[in-house]
Amino acid sequence: MAHLLPAPGPETPMGAHHQPDSHHATATGVSNEKLAMWGFLASECLLFGALISTYLLYRHKAVSGPTPRDLYDIRFTSVSSFVLLMSSLAMVLALAAIQRGDERRLRVWLSTTALLGSVFIAGQIYEFTSFIRRGMTIKTNVTSGAFYVLTGFHGVHVTLGIIMLLSLVNLSVRGRIPQARSEVVEIAGLYWHFVDIVWVVIFTVVYLIP
Amino acid sequence: MALTAAPADTAVARRTDPSRLLKRPSESRQGLVSWLTTIDHKRIGVLYGVTAFTFFLIGGIEALLIRLQLAAPNGKILTAQIYNQVYTMHGTTMVFLVIMPMSAAFFNYLVPLQIGARDVAFPRLNAFSYWLFLLGGLFLYSSFLFGGMPNGGWFGYAPNTSMTYSPGHNIDFWIFGLLILGISSTIGSANLIVTILNLRAPGMRLLRMPIFSWMTMIASFLLLFSLPIITVALFLIMFDRQWGTHFFDPLAGGDPVLWQHLFWLFGHPEVYILILPAMGMVSEILPVFSRKPLFGYPVMVFSGIAIAFMGFGVWVHHMFAVGLGPVATSAFSVTTTLIAVPTGVKIFNWLGTMWGGSLRFKTPMLFAIGFVVMFTIGGLSGVTHALVPADRQQTDTYYVVAHFHYVLFGGAMLGIFGGIYYWYPKIFGKMLDDRLGKWHFWVTLVGFNLTFGPFHLLGLQGMPRRIYTYPAHMGWNVWNAVSTFGSFVIAAGTLIFLWNVRRTDQHGEAVGPDPWDARTLEWTTPNPTPEYNFLHVPTVHSLDELWHRKYTEDDNGRLVKVADSAQFVERRATADDHIHLPSPSYWPLVAAFGLPIICYGLVYKLYAVSVVGLLVLLFGLYAWGLEPSTQPPEPGDEGDGHGPVGELGAPEAPAELGDAAEPAGIGVGASGGGDPALPGGDVLGDTRADGIGDTTISVEDPDD
Repeated sequence: MAHLLPAPGPETPMGAHHQPDSHHATATGVSNEKLAMWGFLASECLLFGALISTYLLYRHKAVSGPTPRDLYDIRFTSVSSFVLLMSSLAMVLALAAIQRGDERRLRVWLSTTALLGSVFIAGQIYEFTSFIRRGMTIKTNVTSGAFYVLTGFHGVHVTLGIIMLLSLVNLSVRGRIPQARSEVVEIAGLYWHFVDIVWVVIFTVVYLIP
Repeated sequence: MALTAAPADTAVARRTDPSRLLKRPSESRQGLVSWLTTIDHKRIGVLYGVTAFTFFLIGGIEALLIRLQLAAPNGKILTAQIYNQVYTMHGTTMVFLVIMPMSAAFFNYLVPLQIGARDVAFPRLNAFSYWLFLLGGLFLYSSFLFGGMPNGGWFGYAPNTSMTYSPGHNIDFWIFGLLILGISSTIGSANLIVTILNLRAPGMRLLRMPIFSWMTMIASFLLLFSLPIITVALFLIMFDRQWGTHFFDPLAGGDPVLWQHLFWLFGHPEVYILILPAMGMVSEILPVFSRKPLFGYPVMVFSGIAIAFMGFGVWVHHMFAVGLGPVATSAFSVTTTLIAVPTGVKIFNWLGTMWGGSLRFKTPMLFAIGFVVMFTIGGLSGVTHALVPADRQQTDTYYVVAHFHYVLFGGAMLGIFGGIYYWYPKIFGKMLDDRLGKWHFWVTLVGFNLTFGPFHLLGLQGMPRRIYTYPAHMGWNVWNAVSTFGSFVIAAGTLIFLWNVRRTDQHGEAVGPDPWDARTLEWTTPNPTPEYNFLHVPTVHSLDELWHRKYTEDDNGRLVKVADSAQFVERRATADDHIHLPSPSYWPLVAAFGLPIICYGLVYKLYAVSVVGLLVLLFGLYAWGLEPSTQPPEPGDEGDGHGPVGELGAPEAPAELGDAAEPAGIGVGASGGGDPALPGGDVLGDTRADGIGDTTISVEDPDD
């Protein structure tokens, strides 16, 4: 198929004889990178599944010391959850921007996503330091331990996501994310939305369900 | 819309691009550097195989030490403390450093060839997986120099592995070593899944794919889903040990049984990960040496899938004596009995394959048949374990040790040896000597049964597992002595194999590309297999594609030869063919080094060391991400410099228009000549209509 296209020359944009980012059709129709990200996210489902199961098994097993149930502030956490949800909206807008070729808005919305994610992390840090000050650390009891491990793993994932988003902003600034390469933003978006969905589950299971 | 940076931006990008710090290795195929930087799946397969076999010898020596200690009652060869380390490392080595990577060796070498692809989906990631395996294994064994090797059993039961009962760093090395190996396997399995789903040659529908590639994909899914669970378990015990959490401390509300659940949720799928690849190999070998197709290929595929699914539903059968209550144990007894069904189906299909076939008893065939028989014996003892009252007697005795050695050694290892003999001529161009191979087989088979057969009896006579010695009056002396004798017979068999390898290397004759008259596409490549695998990506019309090109059947169902495999072997490519491959890279190796450094820092709580390791990792990953998959051609070279699909999350640089000199990114078609050479060798009119993820561009690099 490709031999039907004109030979590439100086004025031919890179995208001309390649499909956007996936340079050739694949048997599944999904690019290698996107399929790999889905596989990775499937694996991560099991990771968080095991962490959530551990929390569920240990939620009422504390022998002493405060547990998250005693200390958390649902309103505060609801606000930071909302912030994280809005960051997913920003991510969608970022992808929409680059898909229509608007590199500037891509950077705006990616930065917004990263900023909102950072606000969420800041909220987590504030929340955890307040818990620690009130006597609940990772080793206080098994419930607190399971809580910190679960939310901590999630926080690390969000942080790595923020680094990924900022890397994309950097690359875009250097002109390396044109419209034809929008799939890389889509793939980053898959990761970001996954991390958000995991938080929805964590928030529900840990904070909301009595 | 502006796809290219203006020259000034290019200059900036060039200065700050870390991948320019290390000059891209040349495309040479000679020398140590070419092996350190290879991203060729065939070389990575060989690296996995050689490394894994070395660990097999080490694990085997550990086994001999165990057998020497247990040869007679009141053994004095190893103290209890040392014995704990030896048997832990024996198990950990054989599972994680031998069978899994030996399977990975075959996955890596064979899958792209079997599916008609030029390489895996992410070649540098593939190299990264290998280096993590090597470094993870070395990290585990480095514990020998740092105060003692892991000693909590390969299953690491908590709270025995907690700080209270396992002070010192032995278990820490186990935890972090397994985490590194887990990352290696997770990445590798994602790579293989994408490869198999996306990069099959045109016409190769999934149900026309060779059975070994199917088993590879199934095992990869099992890895992808089971490794995260042990990862969580390892983190929890790590936090207990390092930060004083109480996850497995009953006094603080923790539950040791949680460890067992998490471990076996991984551990049971793990045993299917260990056996399915060998089953795939046997399923390839038996048809070739019976000159008959695999009996019931679709059923073999679906039973593999069924085993994988059901494998997640039986883990509690490792915990029947823990006290979970009759409801739980009965339920898992049922599921465990059920999983024998798809497994048994395979046995019958292998028999059906051989039935009525024209059997050739070459060494690969002997090992494959050996697998079928030994695995059946192991499977039968497994069925007895499924019954809870029986298992209450058997658990924690040598009967269990008999079971798993029959399925893992008699099964997986014999299957792997069969695979080694079978695919050796394809990988190395020479056939291992068949006479020596037969000696290897029979000596090993006799030795194996002498070693592990008695374990059934010892177990039923009450000999517990995991003991470093036993008193003289238990009635266990004779069988233990027989077993030790048998273990040295196995060692002799292994030496015969090594002798065979050496002899073949020195005096072996080169053989043609299809010496066994085989059935699948890997046998159509010339020997040695060229770097690019296939000159033209093949189009596939049926299962056992090669066989159907060579043979047809007459009206009586007899085979009629219509072509010789030599006709399908393609000529070697020249530069004019413009076959495009990704370029070698240092970064997977560099990035891989970061992980053990991080782990040493965490073991000793020297967090500055961990930060250094993290920086090494991040630097390596970042440089890797910015490096184009394929080195653009040097100025003056013809041909496009465009690389294949970039790796995960790593955008490729856009074309530097008209800039053939030292582009910071990938130059596209800067040849400015009339050269219509395009990705994938389309100019040759190959039949690849849809892409097969053909890694597209690089010129045969003239410099080196």
